[in-house]
Amino acid sequence: MDDLLSEFLTETNESIGIVDTSLIVLEQDPSDESHIGNIFRLVHTIKGTCGFLGLPRLEAVAHAGENVLGKIRDKELTVTADVVTIILEAMDVIKDILATIEETEEEPAGDDADLIARLNAVAFGAAFAPVEEAPVKEEENVPEGSVSEEELEAAFQAAEGPDDEVSSGEVSLEELEAAFQAAEGPDDMPEPVAESKLEVKDEETKPVAEKTSKEKASKESSIANQSIRVNVQMLENLMTMVSELVLTRNQLLQMVRGMDDNEFTVPLQRLSHVTTELQEGLMKTRMQPIGNAWSKLPRIVRDLSHDLDKKIDLVMRGAETELDRQVLELIKDPLTHMVRNSADHGLEMPADRIANGKNETGKIVLEAFHEGGHIIIKISDDGRGLNSEKIKKKVIENGLASEAELEGMSKQQIQNFIMRAGFSTAEKVTNVSGRGVGMDVVRSNIEKIGGTIALTSEEGQGSTFTIKIPLTLAIVSALIVECCGERFAIPQTSVLELVRASTNSSSDHTIEMINDSPVLRLRDQLLPLLHLNDIMRLETAADEVADQSNVKGAEEFIVVIQVASFVFGIVVDRVFDTEEIVVKPIAPILKNLSIFSGNTILGDGSVIMILDPNGIAAMSGDAAVSSDNSEKDETKLSQLQDEKTALLVFRAGGKDPKAVPLSLVARLEEIDVNTIEDTNGKKVVQYRGQLMPLTTIDDSVSIVEEGRQPVLVFSDQDRTMGLVVDEIVDIVEDTLDVEMMSDREGFVGSAVIRDKATDIVDVGYCLQKCFGSWFGAQETRPFGHGNDKQKILLVDDSPFFRNMLVPLLKTAGYAVTTAENGVDALEKRDHGEHFDIIISDIEMPEMDGFTFAEKVKGDERWHETPIVALSSHTTPGDFDRGRAVGFSDYIAKFDRDSLMSALTQTLKASGSAK
Amino acid sequence: MTTSNMQEYVTILIADQLFGIPVLEVHDVLRDLKLTKIPLAPAEVAGALNLRGRIVTAIDVRKRLGLSQLEQEDGGMSIVVEHQGEPYSLMIDSVGEVLTLDVNDLQPTPVTLNACWKEISGGVYRLEDKLLVVLQIERMLDFGGNSTIAA
Repeated sequence: MDDLLSEFLTETNESIGIVDTSLIVLEQDPSDESHIGNIFRLVHTIKGTCGFLGLPRLEAVAHAGENVLGKIRDKELTVTADVVTIILEAMDVIKDILATIEETEEEPAGDDADLIARLNAVAFGAAFAPVEEAPVKEEENVPEGSVSEEELEAAFQAAEGPDDEVSSGEVSLEELEAAFQAAEGPDDMPEPVAESKLEVKDEETKPVAEKTSKEKASKESSIANQSIRVNVQMLENLMTMVSELVLTRNQLLQMVRGMDDNEFTVPLQRLSHVTTELQEGLMKTRMQPIGNAWSKLPRIVRDLSHDLDKKIDLVMRGAETELDRQVLELIKDPLTHMVRNSADHGLEMPADRIANGKNETGKIVLEAFHEGGHIIIKISDDGRGLNSEKIKKKVIENGLASEAELEGMSKQQIQNFIMRAGFSTAEKVTNVSGRGVGMDVVRSNIEKIGGTIALTSEEGQGSTFTIKIPLTLAIVSALIVECCGERFAIPQTSVLELVRASTNSSSDHTIEMINDSPVLRLRDQLLPLLHLNDIMRLETAADEVADQSNVKGAEEFIVVIQVASFVFGIVVDRVFDTEEIVVKPIAPILKNLSIFSGNTILGDGSVIMILDPNGIAAMSGDAAVSSDNSEKDETKLSQLQDEKTALLVFRAGGKDPKAVPLSLVARLEEIDVNTIEDTNGKKVVQYRGQLMPLTTIDDSVSIVEEGRQPVLVFSDQDRTMGLVVDEIVDIVEDTLDVEMMSDREGFVGSAVIRDKATDIVDVGYCLQKCFGSWFGAQETRPFGHGNDKQKILLVDDSPFFRNMLVPLLKTAGYAVTTAENGVDALEKRDHGEHFDIIISDIEMPEMDGFTFAEKVKGDERWHETPIVALSSHTTPGDFDRGRAVGFSDYIAKFDRDSLMSALTQTLKASGSAK
Repeated sequence: MTTSNMQEYVTILIADQLFGIPVLEVHDVLRDLKLTKIPLAPAEVAGALNLRGRIVTAIDVRKRLGLSQLEQEDGGMSIVVEHQGEPYSLMIDSVGEVLTLDVNDLQPTPVTLNACWKEISGGVYRLEDKLLVVLQIERMLDFGGNSTIAA
C-alpha cells in the first residue's frame, strides 16, 4: 500500500478515536470548551488530508461534520446529545470508508447525501428546522447537565420523524457501528448508511451484526496494529541510554585492551556485540526515508504553479534515502522553504522561458543520496539563476560589505550573500535577485545540525543548492587533538584533512606569515590558519615551550576544517585518533561559549570539550564570504580549459593593487627594519647567509621606519633580491590578460584581477635594478654587436609571458616580434618576414609548439631558422619530442639565464649571426 | 523545640572559614579530581569532571570568593550540588562534620561583608568557637551571565 495512504489510515483512525472520546466528554460537559477546538481541528485535518489524497466521499462527510463542529465552536450551536450523535454517526461513516480503503485501497462507491443533508441541517438549520428546534428547546427546558441521554435521544427521535433514520438515536454506539460494519461487505456496499438502517431495525440480525463487527474491528485496525506510535522523546531517551552504554563499553574495552588473557575478555566481547546491535537497532527505529519530508512538496508545488501561473515539474529522486528522524524533522522546513523559493523566484514565467529558448515547463529537481556518513540533498532548478550584479547592489545597500570588498570577491562569494543574515527579509529581493527571503534562516538551521549548504548558480541557467547533513546527531565521530596539554574533540564531519607542517622549510608544508597571520600553502589554496592556543587563550608554561619550538621549527599539525564554504586550518600540537562520542550539552553557565558545541566523556573516563567549528569560524571572521572550497573546485575545473595564473596581489606605493605571478616569488618575508644595512648606496639585508639587495618598484614606496617590512623575495639560482612592498593583500587565481601595456618602467602593464585594474610588476626590471648584470653577463650577451639587432619571433599564447619576455629580450638587445600562436606566426612567414631565431611556447591553442616546429622545419622559407622551445613542461619525453620535431633547445619558462644563453648559443651555432 | 526548626548542615572549610550547606543539597563529596580545563570559561569555572558518567562543572569557590589560590598542589575536596538539574562540583579545602542547627538561631549576614561574600551568604550561625556562614548555592552559581566572563 502506498506509504502515504497507510500513514493517513493510521493517523485518521487515531484521530477518530480521539474525536469519539472527546465528543463523549463534550456531551457530558458542554461547557468545557477545551475539547471542541481539538475535535474541530482533528476533523478539519481529516477533511484536508482527504482532499489531498483524492477521497471525495470522505472529504464530503468530514466537511459536513466540520460545519457542525464549527458552529459549536463559534457557539452558534449548543452541544446536545443529538448533535453529538450525528457527528458520531459521521465519524462512523468515515471509519467504515477507511476500513474499505484499507482493504481495497479505494474509496467505496456510495452516497452519503442523506447523512450530509442531516449534518447540514444541524449546522445551518435549513431544511430540517423542526428537527433542530426540538432538541434545542428540550435543552433549554431542563437544567444543564441533568438531562439523561435517553430523554434527549427520545426527544430527538420524536422530532426527527418516523421515516428518517429512527434508529439512529436509539441504538448504542456499538450497535450502530456493528450495523455499519455488517453492512459493509468488502465486495459490495452501495449504500452503507441506508443498509445499516434496515439491519438495525431488524432486531434479530443484531447478534450477527455484532459478531461481524468484532471480526471487522480486528481487521479494521490491522495497519494501526502493525506499527505503534512511540513518543519521540522516549526514543531520544533510549538513544541517550544506548549512547551511554556504548561509551561505557568503549571504556571497558580500553581497560581490558592492556591486559592479556583475561576472564573478562569473552563476556566483554559479547557485551560489545550486543551493544553494537542494540545501537544499530535503535538507530533504525529513528531512520526514516527522506521522502517523508518531501511528501507535502508535490502539493505545495502544484499550488504554487497555480498561484504563480507557472508550469512546474517537480522531480524527486532518492526519496527512499533514510536518515535520522531528528535530522529529518529539522530539515523539513528548510527544504520546503527552498523548494518554494525555487518555484517562486527561481523559475521564470512560461513566456520568459520560451523567450529564453527554454522549455515552457520549469523543472525543480530534488535529489537525495548517501555519501560517506552524510546525506546529500540537492535542490536544483533550471530557472533564471542568481544575478550577481543585483545581489551586489543589495549587499551594498544593506551595508554587508563595501564596494571595494565586493570587487575582490568571486561570483560565488557574492552569490553566497543571499544566505547571510541581514541580506534581506524584504520582498524587494524576491523581485530583484531571485532569492533571498529567509535563506539565512535555512542556512543557520542546516548548520545547527552540523550540515553545510553550498550554492552554485549560473545566470540564466538555474541554481543548485547542495545540502550536506550528517546521518545522525546522536553519536558523532570526533578527532581528538591536543593543544597546550589540553585535549579537545573536533567533529569529524567538519574535518577535511590533516596536514603536518613545520615552521621552517624542513617539510613539504611550511607555515608562512603574512603580517603575523599564519597561512599555509596547501596545493592550490592559501589556507588561513588559526592557532588553537590563541583561540583558547591558553597561556601557560606550554607557551614558552611553543615559543622555543617555533625557533626550532618543530612540527605542527593542521586540522583543515570546512564550515559552510569557509575552509581554514587549526594549528594544534598533537593529533590523537578519532573516537565515537556522544555530544552532551555543556553546563548552562557556560552557554555563551560559542566555540564549544558540547562536551563528552572519553573512553579513558576524562571529560573533553567539543569544539564547534561554526563558533570558531564565526570568531575568526566571516564564514560566508571567505575562501570557498567549491569555488576552488570550480577553479580547478576551469583551469583545464583556461589557463589561470596564481598571482600575488600586494600594495606598494599608492592604493592601487599590484601583482606579480606567484610562481616568480620565492618567498614572502618580513624583515626587521633594524637589520637593513646600507652598502654601496643600496639597501641590503643579510638573508640566509647572503646579502640580499632590497629594491622598490618606484620612489613612491618607502621602507618603513621601524618594525617589520614585508618583502617579496625573488630568487634566481644563487641570487636573491627583495622587493619592498607596503602590504601583501592576497593570492588570487585568475586568467592573466594584460590589457594595457605600460610605459612606466617597472610595470609590464595592467590587467583585470578580481574585477579590479591591477598593475603587473615587471620582475625583470626589478631584478635588473638590483643586479645590473643579471642578464648582462658577458657570455650571455647577444651574439654580435652590429647595428642590426638580432630578430626574434616570440610565439606564446599567454599575453603575460609575451609581455614579460619582450622587455627582457629587448633590454638584452634583441628586436622582438610576437605571435599569439603557430598559425599567427606562420602568417608572418607568409608575409615574407624573416627572423633569426624563434622562441615558441609548446601548449598553445589552434596549433601547438610541436606542430608549429614541424611546419617551420617542413618549409624551406624558415627551414634554417632555429627554434627554441619555451615551456613550463620540461619532461625528458617532451625534450626528446622537441628535439625530434626540430627544436634546437628546450628551456623552462622561468629560467631566464638559460634562455639568454640558449639564444646566444643557438644563434652562434646556426651561424646566422651578423 | 520542634525538629521542623532544625536544619542539618554539611560544614566545609575554605581558607579557615567555616561554611555550611544544607545537607540535602549535597549529592557527593569527592576528592582527587581529574579536571578538564575549559578555556574561555569564566575564571570561577575550574573545569569539568566525570562523575559516574555525568559531566560535572567544577567551580573554584576560592576564586568565587575572591580568595587566593590554595598553596598545596594536590588540591582539596569537592562537594557536588545540583542547580537547575545540572550538577556542579564546588572545590573547597576540606569537609567537616554535619551539624544540626536551629533555624531560629540564624543571624542575618553582616552588611559590612565584602560584596561577593554578602552575595552568597544566607546568614551566619554563631557556633561556640566559630562562625558558620550558610552558602546559598544558587547565588554561588550566579555568575555565568555577568561581567566575570573572560573578556
